[in-house]
Amino acid sequence: MKNRIKSVIATLIVLVTFTSCNNSSKSNNKSGALASNVAEKVYVAPGEHDEFYAFISGGYSGNLTVYGLPSGRMFKEIPVFSQFPTSGYGYSEETKPMLNTSHGFIPWGDSHHPDISQTNGEIDGRFIFINENNTPRIAKIDLKTFETTEIIEVPNSAGNHSSSFVTENTEYVVAGTRFSVPIPQRDMPIKDYKGNFKGALSFISVAPETGNMDIKFQILMPGFNYDLSHPGRGKSHGWFFFTTYNTEEANTLLEVNASQNDKDFIAAINWKKIEEYVNNGGGKMMPAEYAHNVYDEHTHTATSTMKKEVRVVNPADVPGAVFFLPTPKSPHGCDVDPTGEYIVGNGKLSANLTVHSFTKMLDAIENKKFDGEAYGIPILNFEDVLAGSVEQPGLGPLHTEFDGEGNAYTTFFISSEVVKWKLGTWEVIDRKPTYYSVGHLTIPGGNSRKPQGKYMFAMNKITKDRYLPTGPEMEHSAQLYDISGDKMELLLDFPTHGEPHYAAAMRADLIKERSQKIYNLEENKHPFAAKSDDDVKVVRDGNTVHIYMTTIRSHFSPDNIEGIKLGDKVYFHVTNLEQDFDVPHGFAVLGQNTSELLIMPGQTKTSVWEPTKVGVWPFYCTDFCSALHQEMQGYIRVSPKNSNVPLKWSLGENIE
Amino acid sequence: MNSIKHLFFLFACAVLISSCKNETKETSTIPTVTSTEKTGQAFIKDDEGKPTVLSIAMGSKDHTTLVAAVQAASLENALVNAGPLMVFAPTNEAFAALPEGTVENLLKPENKDALANILKYHVTPGNYSKDFLKKFKKLGQANNQYVKVEVVDGEPIIGGAKIIASIKAGNGIVHVIDKVLLPPTE
Repeated sequence: MKNRIKSVIATLIVLVTFTSCNNSSKSNNKSGALASNVAEKVYVAPGEHDEFYAFISGGYSGNLTVYGLPSGRMFKEIPVFSQFPTSGYGYSEETKPMLNTSHGFIPWGDSHHPDISQTNGEIDGRFIFINENNTPRIAKIDLKTFETTEIIEVPNSAGNHSSSFVTENTEYVVAGTRFSVPIPQRDMPIKDYKGNFKGALSFISVAPETGNMDIKFQILMPGFNYDLSHPGRGKSHGWFFFTTYNTEEANTLLEVNASQNDKDFIAAINWKKIEEYVNNGGGKMMPAEYAHNVYDEHTHTATSTMKKEVRVVNPADVPGAVFFLPTPKSPHGCDVDPTGEYIVGNGKLSANLTVHSFTKMLDAIENKKFDGEAYGIPILNFEDVLAGSVEQPGLGPLHTEFDGEGNAYTTFFISSEVVKWKLGTWEVIDRKPTYYSVGHLTIPGGNSRKPQGKYMFAMNKITKDRYLPTGPEMEHSAQLYDISGDKMELLLDFPTHGEPHYAAAMRADLIKERSQKIYNLEENKHPFAAKSDDDVKVVRDGNTVHIYMTTIRSHFSPDNIEGIKLGDKVYFHVTNLEQDFDVPHGFAVLGQNTSELLIMPGQTKTSVWEPTKVGVWPFYCTDFCSALHQEMQGYIRVSPKNSNVPLKWSLGENIE
Repeated sequence: MNSIKHLFFLFACAVLISSCKNETKETSTIPTVTSTEKTGQAFIKDDEGKPTVLSIAMGSKDHTTLVAAVQAASLENALVNAGPLMVFAPTNEAFAALPEGTVENLLKPENKDALANILKYHVTPGNYSKDFLKKFKKLGQANNQYVKVEVVDGEPIIGGAKIIASIKAGNGIVHVIDKVLLPPTE
């Protein structure tokens, strides 16, 4: 009896354990990560495509990286401001001019803020622009080919940081200077900075059809630091907003001397008004020197033109076009909400977020609610333009993005978190930590009237223990959050490449449809192209030798070349005859002092070789192109300077 | 016999429980988002780097009150940030000099915000030596208020407090002070 009771109890216990076990896993399903199945949310099955493209700045890599969301997979690194041996960008003769500047050839750049072109305030996915901070330049990348097709240098600028943001119809891509400098540049004592240095805000027009860039005008502002900027949109279209710091105009120990003023400014620029002034002949042309580099997709070749003058505008000459909005403590991020009403200035040394109202700004301008002026530019009264402030949401506010549903998301560097708050009520709705020390954040469609929502990702400056360690140097981490609910949900950690200052993201469909697969060989207008094996030849012109070479699976033509002499400068012009998607060929020759070439179907690229040693040197295809890739090779014979070996070439037979 | 049966059932229970555990383990291969309580930079093990302002405070026997306060206000992660951060660290003695019951009151969970505000008033985004501080008239603190800097007998006095020691940290500097700084009420 006792035994039976015991066994019943025991059975009961077993059952209870069993069912409680079930229950517990069930209740797990209802709460925490299991409830929403985080893994499924970021899982893109093999062969499936991501829903969004993310174009993440490579920072000091000088490049732009392409990612998919929500998977966090990297698809491509697009070379922009830096030489890129992977493709030969900046090494090939055709692309070297892309990196030309008024300071000569520069192999490196510091890319910062990508922004996608827009039509009617919505992201259109045609081009993406990105700025170079160190030697001020703006680049345009064509999203049909994912290649950099244009770079324009920005004169009178230094530390091209409040760039490259586009207006609602891509009328302009705007570039502001972080460091003020003497304009024109001249030899003068640094201590005379105050009152003598100026900050140039450049409005670069973008041709509607071709996307060609041209500096329409530069506004020469007081010598502050112009940190970040964003265009007005909707009701504030026609205006542009720039945060400033160092309104003290200090030239040394800025961490102390540029933090003396309780408030700096957001500069509000009525660019439509200045455009009109300029169209009527306003402003003046001043001498300047800046490179304009354009890549032609038919000749597959870039040309660099040195421009000699630029139009500058003194804001005092256009009354009613420029105003200052006082904003507390060295504001960094300058973000405009999708309606165009709110301008958010994040004082990086302030604990509060300051939000200005565009409507109130217009009213303050109309009713002259001024609080003094700086260098002739009216300062609007702080209280009269303030829409509200978010009180102590975190430490070290930097940047804000919007979800299109009335919510804003701000990053906080010091407290390492993203805070979601409500526009209009200024209440904090949610906060989530980032890992660690977040800089920018991005919501697809961010800088537009219609953010595409769903995801937000935070780009961090510090990685520490997030991934397997890789020694002292680590790639920066990013975190992807689901923002479709009231609360943000952390979905994924993924590493980025270089320093992800900022990113632009958008729904994949528009770009995906237009993405080009090959270059049409018929349309190849490269002057040294060999479009068939009949065009293959080797031409000597003094010490210069041009080799018109073709590649097709799986040989080079010619593949035996003789008659090259020490002291020759040999140009390998390699045309890829393939017209098949994703069949590039590569080219490299032993001892060449440059990178390989990676040549896409239908393309011609050129590599220069100045042999330094007598011998027979092999060249080969660097891309595993075909089953007989290993057979894709050739020899080039280099003879002494005074030799009389004749110039000859062949494929499939011996040189006689 | 009884005990054998008993053992058997215990064993069965154990098996079930452990298999149950296994089951939950399997399902939990779906990544769980860890709670935010004890994650972040403050909790990374790092024996090689220079101590942070937080670890300096935590390692000091004269700052146990300050550390307790930082923990009560959940400010650990902010204090290990790249900053740079300058922390004015009142000693236990300085806290003890406050009116009786003040510290106990502030450590109560319901006063977390007030406590955090006071603590943030002790933090400057910056990194300046004691000598260099004499260049300032005021410092902008992390709670959004300013603290006054005076020079008395060639020494910087921060909000009425004297700097009695300074320790360089991996992410800034700790100045040990002899008084608790109380944020001005507006």
